[in-house]
Amino acid sequence: MVDTVLYTIISLSTIGVVAAVILYIVARRFRVFEDPRIDQVEEILPAANCGGCGFPGCRNFAEALVSAESFEGLHCPVGGNEVMVKVASFLGKDAVMGDPLVAVVRCAGSFDQRPRTNRYDGAPTCSISSALYTGETGCPYGCLGLGDCVWACDYEAMYMDEQTGLPVILDDRCVACGACVNACPRNIIELRKKAKKDRKIFVACINEEKGGIARKYCNVACIGCSRCFKVCPFDAITMDNNLAFIDSEKCKLCRKCAPECPTNAILEINFPQAKPKEAAREVKQDDEEVHNGKSVPKEGNGNN
Amino acid sequence: MLKTFHKGGIHPVENKFSAGREIRVLPPPEVVYIPLSQHLGAPAKLIIDRGEKVKTGQLVAKSTGFVSVNIHSSVSGTVRKIDQVQDGSGYKRTAILIETCEDEWQPGIDLSPDINTDIQYSPEEIIRKTLYAGIVGLGGAAFPSHVKLSIPRGKHARALIINGAECEPYLTSDHRLMLEKGKELIIGIKLLMRALRAETAMIGIENNKQDAIRHLEELAGKEEGISVYPLKVKYPQGGEKQLIKALTKMEVPSGGLPIDIGVVVHNVGTAFAVYEALQKNKPLIERVVTVTGKSLKNPSNFLVRIGTPVINLIEAAGGLPADTGKVISGGPMMGKALSTFDVPVVKGTSGIVILPESESKRRHVKVCIRCTKCVAVCPQGLEPYLLMSLAQNEYPDELEMNKVMDCIECGACSYICPSGRPLLDYIRLGKAKVGQIIRTRKN
Repeated sequence: MVDTVLYTIISLSTIGVVAAVILYIVARRFRVFEDPRIDQVEEILPAANCGGCGFPGCRNFAEALVSAESFEGLHCPVGGNEVMVKVASFLGKDAVMGDPLVAVVRCAGSFDQRPRTNRYDGAPTCSISSALYTGETGCPYGCLGLGDCVWACDYEAMYMDEQTGLPVILDDRCVACGACVNACPRNIIELRKKAKKDRKIFVACINEEKGGIARKYCNVACIGCSRCFKVCPFDAITMDNNLAFIDSEKCKLCRKCAPECPTNAILEINFPQAKPKEAAREVKQDDEEVHNGKSVPKEGNGNN
Repeated sequence: MLKTFHKGGIHPVENKFSAGREIRVLPPPEVVYIPLSQHLGAPAKLIIDRGEKVKTGQLVAKSTGFVSVNIHSSVSGTVRKIDQVQDGSGYKRTAILIETCEDEWQPGIDLSPDINTDIQYSPEEIIRKTLYAGIVGLGGAAFPSHVKLSIPRGKHARALIINGAECEPYLTSDHRLMLEKGKELIIGIKLLMRALRAETAMIGIENNKQDAIRHLEELAGKEEGISVYPLKVKYPQGGEKQLIKALTKMEVPSGGLPIDIGVVVHNVGTAFAVYEALQKNKPLIERVVTVTGKSLKNPSNFLVRIGTPVINLIEAAGGLPADTGKVISGGPMMGKALSTFDVPVVKGTSGIVILPESESKRRHVKVCIRCTKCVAVCPQGLEPYLLMSLAQNEYPDELEMNKVMDCIECGACSYICPSGRPLLDYIRLGKAKVGQIIRTRKN
């Protein structure tokens, strides 16, 4: 009995020692050198692993940063310039400042503005609805309202507004990772330069139809009349396929274009109260409410 | 023992209300919308201008590649507009809008009711004329027929299979065609056999169409090489691969084509269109469409001109019932719900099914209970529950490994699922993604 215990202990210890020696030798012989700075850079990064930088995760981004000659094209949207400066000073390189961005939803076709013409009762995801049907309204460009973007958002920066049927982005939480931009099958969501006090002015429509047809299905569609284009003093507005687009790089937020728009397709957000031109601008008001800190509803988004 | 395929399959309620109704000719409507892309493959190229006068049967758009077909005017009148017109899904497609005046046919088209039995074409001529006449598979997929007739070098078609299964519930257009145009059909089959240089032709008809089976058996008895096989009633028997399996016991390899195992499948409608194109010189400008539904006043089979708005058909069948929930283009299993009724009938429209509100609702989606009924009914031997979750969670590699591209989109899995899960919706999404990846890999 004692023998058995003894032999067991001895044999197992021997195996253990032999294995330890082998492992030690293998570990020494086949050691892979890894720059210790990668770990340290990774610690500086926000560890969100959102993929907003274009790399699969923060570690891959850290590797890219350490091996990069210059930081051109490398930017962490979550940490922003602050983190990039930290990383740059740690690695002894020059930081490249990126503009902070924020996502905006370029569709204002709420239930009131864009009546539902039919009902979609298939799988509740935009990707399927978009691949097979045009959604519940006649507009083949507009928001489908099934919330793929909300599902994609890791930062709880989006929710579906049940009043309008459109997603709403909370600027203070949005880190511009671009997950919603990729999730939207209709490319409605755009990343725009963040301005002072979260002010934004953009064309909330991507409908490329001719005016009459676009207007048939939605009251707030861009009809391609070019009035905003003509009035813009900074050449920030381009007209393409019956659709106006305001370039956030060039736009100086002068607000000359918005009152020109006959369909109120240009949204001004977070500006002080404008001189009242038209009373009804419901969509804009909805959005403003949100930006004034409405709480995020927790339930009711998606298909679980 | 009736022939059938053995893997999977379901038997939905048949509801073939219009089976006893003769094909009625619907007069040309006031306006037709003729889309330039009615077939699989590249859209045709427009060769007429706005304001031009066209005659019935005149070529209006030319094929733009091997997998593409010609499009002819289905009425005579003036081209009013070349515009973007909504198709069944609501997206816009380029279409020609023709305003009809009197029905004046292009010279050279034989409109007499006589049956021309004399076949005088060489295989190459048959293929060329099929291409010219703009013939596509009329079963629903609208794949250009001349592509199927042009056999690649080194391959040989031993048998031609004629698909008269019509396994979709509700639809009866092929059934009526076989009954009323049997003689023409047989000549069409002979033409197809000659084009393929095939010695035998097998007509597969499901056993619920006894009259059509008897009629064609009688006609085929006089011809050499053509035989009729009654099939057990089972959905999706009309699927190309399932029909081949049922009739020949051979299986089309994964990713392969029927010609790889020496068979070619054509629908009965296509065979009839080939007859008309060759013997009557008439291009494909009209087709038989079933308009049916439980609460519809007059479920009917119409011979309609391509481009007729769907609403005209519904009105001719007694108008839209008050309790309508969904209007489906195609059969109830594989068809697509329409979002607007101004959609034109295209070459691939085999039927219009009007479902009452009570039957058109989707079931409430519950969790998968792992019953594997979907696996049991899949005629392709796939695992739909797995494909759905892979598509939902975006695993394209795994999807490809699990042969998502072999899915024929028959919808048996969604039909049988006790939890009402939208299996096919997600599988279609997965197929689209994997298809895209495969295409980029090839380039």
